This record gives sequence, C-alpha cells and structure tokens, in this order.
Amino acid sequence: MLRIEGLSAAYRGLKALQGVSMEVRKGEIVAVVGANGAGKSTLLKSIAGQVATEGEIVFDGASLRRVAAHDIARRGVCLVPEGRRLFPRLSVEDNLRLGAYARRGEANRFKPLDFVFTLFPRLKERLGQRAETLSGGEQQMLAIGRALMTQPRLLMLDEPSQGIMPRLVDDILAAITRIRDTGVTVLLVEQRLAEALEISDRAYVLQTGRVVMSGAAADIAADSAVRQAYLGL
Amino acid sequence: MGLIYALVAAGLSLIFGLMDVVNFAHGELLMLAMFAVFVLRGVSGADPLLLMPVVALLLFGAGMAIYRGLIARALSVQFNRGMVQIFVTFGLAIFLRGAAQFAFGGEFKSVTGHWLADRSVNLAGVFLPLPQLAAGVVCLLAFAALLAVSRTEFGRALEATREDREAVALIGIDRDRIFALGWALGCATVGIAGAMLAGFYYVNPNVGTSFALIAYVTVALGGFGSMLGALVAGILIGEVEAVTAALFEPAWKQIGVFGIYLVVLMVRPRGLFGKL
Ligand SMILES: Nc1ncnc2c1ncn2[C@@H]1O[C@H](COP(=O)(O)OP(=O)(O)O)[C@@H](O)[C@H]1O
Ligand SMILES: [Mg+2]
Repeated sequence: MLRIEGLSAAYRGLKALQGVSMEVRKGEIVAVVGANGAGKSTLLKSIAGQVATEGEIVFDGASLRRVAAHDIARRGVCLVPEGRRLFPRLSVEDNLRLGAYARRGEANRFKPLDFVFTLFPRLKERLGQRAETLSGGEQQMLAIGRALMTQPRLLMLDEPSQGIMPRLVDDILAAITRIRDTGVTVLLVEQRLAEALEISDRAYVLQTGRVVMSGAAADIAADSAVRQAYLGL
Repeated sequence: MGLIYALVAAGLSLIFGLMDVVNFAHGELLMLAMFAVFVLRGVSGADPLLLMPVVALLLFGAGMAIYRGLIARALSVQFNRGMVQIFVTFGLAIFLRGAAQFAFGGEFKSVTGHWLADRSVNLAGVFLPLPQLAAGVVCLLAFAALLAVSRTEFGRALEATREDREAVALIGIDRDRIFALGWALGCATVGIAGAMLAGFYYVNPNVGTSFALIAYVTVALGGFGSMLGALVAGILIGEVEAVTAALFEPAWKQIGVFGIYLVVLMVRPRGLFGKL
C-alpha cells in the first residue's frame, strides 16, 4: 500500500532522515520506534507532504512526492500530528465536521461520526465545548476522530500517548486496534515501546535518521539488544 | 457614514484576521469600486443601486486575482516575508491610484441624477438624505450577510484556517483556496461600501486614502479580526466625527476620531472586541 525508498530529508542542512526504505501493507499496524530525535516525526511529515524530501514515496501505485499536502490527505493518507493541532477555539463538533469538509458534495460524508462516537463516547458528551477546554486525552481522541472523518485509508499517528493519563493510553491503543479492524491501515509512531509493539504487526526501529532494524513486532519486542542499543532502555 | 466605515473596516479585518496580512491597498479598492460605479453608469445608464451587486462581484473577482497573483507569491518568499507583504500591497495601492489618475484624471467627479439623489425622508422632523439612508441599510444587510457566511461550513473552514493554517492541509482543505475566497469576500465587502458611497460622495483617485486611514483606526478600535468590533467601532467613529464637526469646525472632525482612538489604545490596547 505504501512503499518508501531511499527517503532523505533535512532541516537547513541538518539531516533528519537518511535513505529510509520501508513498506506498509494493507490492513497492517506498523510501528516506527526510536529514541527522541531519531526522525520519526520527520518520516510521517514527509509522507504527509509537509517537508521537502529526496527519494520515493509511493501510495497505491502513485508517487506522493510533489503532491500538495491537502491533496495527499484527499487521497486517503491522514496524519494526526504531534501536538494534535486541533482548532482550539472551535467546538468539538466543528472540529469533527471540518474533517469531512474536503468531501463536500458527497452524500454520506458525515457517516464516520457514528463510528467516532462509539470509539470515543466522551466526545459525544462534549460536542458543544471548545476543543481547547478538553483534557489532553480527550484532545487526542478528537484529533483521531477528526482524522477519521476524512475517511482515510492510511492513518498515521504521531505519539498518540504523549501527555496523556495512563488510564486513557490503553483506551487510545485499543481504539487504534478497532480502527484497523474496520479496514484502515495504521502507521504508528510511539515512544512507549512495549505498548506500541503489542498492538502492531511489524515494526521499524529508527536511529539518527536510518532504519537500523525491522521485522515482526513480537521479534523486536523480544530483542533485548534493540531495547538497550537503540532505545536506551 | 459610520456604517460605511464599519463595512470598509470589516473587509480589512476579515483579511487581516484570516492571514495576518494588512492590505494597504484597501482604500484604493474602495476608490476602484466607486469608479466602477461611475464607469458602469456611463456605459449602461443603470442606477448605482442596481450596479452595486455587479460592482461587488467585480471586486470579488479582483480580490481573488490579487491573492492568486500577488499575495500568494509574497507569502511564498523565504526571506523578509513581513516586509514583502507590506510592499506588495503598498505597491498595489500606488499602482491603482496611478492607473485611476491616468484613466480618469485627478478632478473630483460625482455620480448624479440617480433615483435617490437629492431626496430625503422626514423622520420625526429630522431630514435624512435618502442616499445615505440607503447606504446605511445596505451596509447593515452586508453585515448580516457576512455573519451568515461565518455560520456556514465555509465560514467554519475560514475560522479553522485562521486558527491553524498548517493543520487544515492535514484534513484535505486547500488553504490557498480559502485564502483566495477570504480576499474575494473582503474585497466584495469594500465593493459594496464603495458602490453605496458613490451615490453621495465625490470620486477621485485619492478618495480611498482618508477612508483607508479611518478603516485602520476602526479595525484597531474594534479589535483585530472582530466583525462585531468593526461594526461598533465604525458607528462610533461616524458619530464622533459628526459631533466634533458640529461642535467645532468640520475640518476638526478627524481630530475627534483620533482622540478617541488614542484613548482606547491606552486603556485597552487590543481594541473593544479584540481577541488577540
Ligand atoms: N523544524 C525543525 N527544524 C530544524 N530541525 C528539526 C525540526 N524538526 C526536527 N528537527 C531535527 O530533526 C531531527 C529529527 O527530529 P524528529 O523527526 O522530530 O524526531 P523524533 O520525532 O523521532 O523525535 C532532530 O535532530 C530534530 O532536532
Ligand atoms: Mg517526534
């Protein structure tokens, strides 16, 4: 579904990604793990068209390079970014509905709302509230909900557990599995190694902009060398 | 008069609120709208009131063209973006003024002999000239229309783009399109104000300057990016102007306006309804 070859990205000369190659198959949850600054966010932003890159990114047989960010989203690749980037002064409902804005004219564009509310019932109780008044966990739910409203085929999540109460982290990880079960492919970036690998099928380990290991999530979880050498655990 | 100020300011505020770009050519767009009435009337003989929607549409198109042709480019430069923005709209202002000077000459013109000209209604002993009254009503309607737009889904998208212009791309919204439509709307607003103003105010290439100055004050007074603020501040400024002109000499009227402005600026720097 998604194939990346020799991808490099740099910020003003500082190389954040160096020749990354990877693959995501339809229906998988693929985790990208690595220490802080390894380039995980940059990888997701590259796919979403938010940073200039070299190399190839192919989604469903078509190159995503030189495609405008909003068109990448319309093709079904949706990023829930670090920091969530909600519209803080708009209501929960407006935030969700705007996810379907690009599908104006389509009959069933608000249909995913039902699924979002079964995943995150808390959102339904807070529809009229401004997004900025939600707790961290609820904001993450809203960010994922807004992304689901775009009806993505590939959902990319950048550290969805960041800044969230432990109890809600489990809820969110469970939601990710349920999202995958509806046929959405998931590319997940996480700092919490054990939890991420538990729900993933495969994983890539990133270190200073390079893929240093990849394989079945269970194998990587079992490999103590990974934990020590690359993740500093 | 206050309502015209308010509407001119609303257009300015809309664009500024949306993308933090101050349109220094705003007054010149007002001038353009007034000349458009003048020219279209010469060609078709139609009444300014009928021409108003046409002029609004023309300015809508002009706003879109200005965004796509100039502003989008100015935003894409890498260095000194703030300066480039200022000079682009400033340059546009000078260009428009020069072009009007060239096309129409510098003398004062006025649109005469239309339906409402020189007529007035007697409201409980006070004679209100019809052109001004009609302008006031149309401006209020335009405000109502702007408010209605802000409640539509497009209005929400406008608001979202104003909140986080990077994030809208993540959900498939083309921010360039939203920006272009924002400019179009802001300019159409000025178009309506200009078309109504042409019914009772002289037209010349420099007419926009004083209106623009007041529009900046109105926006600052009402609060940057606030529509309601623009409305209230516009009316307030119109009144202050009228009162100063009546109490002292007409030439003093702007002193009252800037006096109020300075006071508000010191007491409440973000304006009456400012969010920033
Ligand atoms: N906007 C930016 N400007 C400059 N350098 C950046 C920027 N974003 C990230 N970097 C650098 O790129 C590298 C990779 O960052 P990032 O992709 O955010 O890593 P991760 O998400 O794995 O923590 C880091 O060294 C970081 O300092
Ligand atoms: Mg990161």
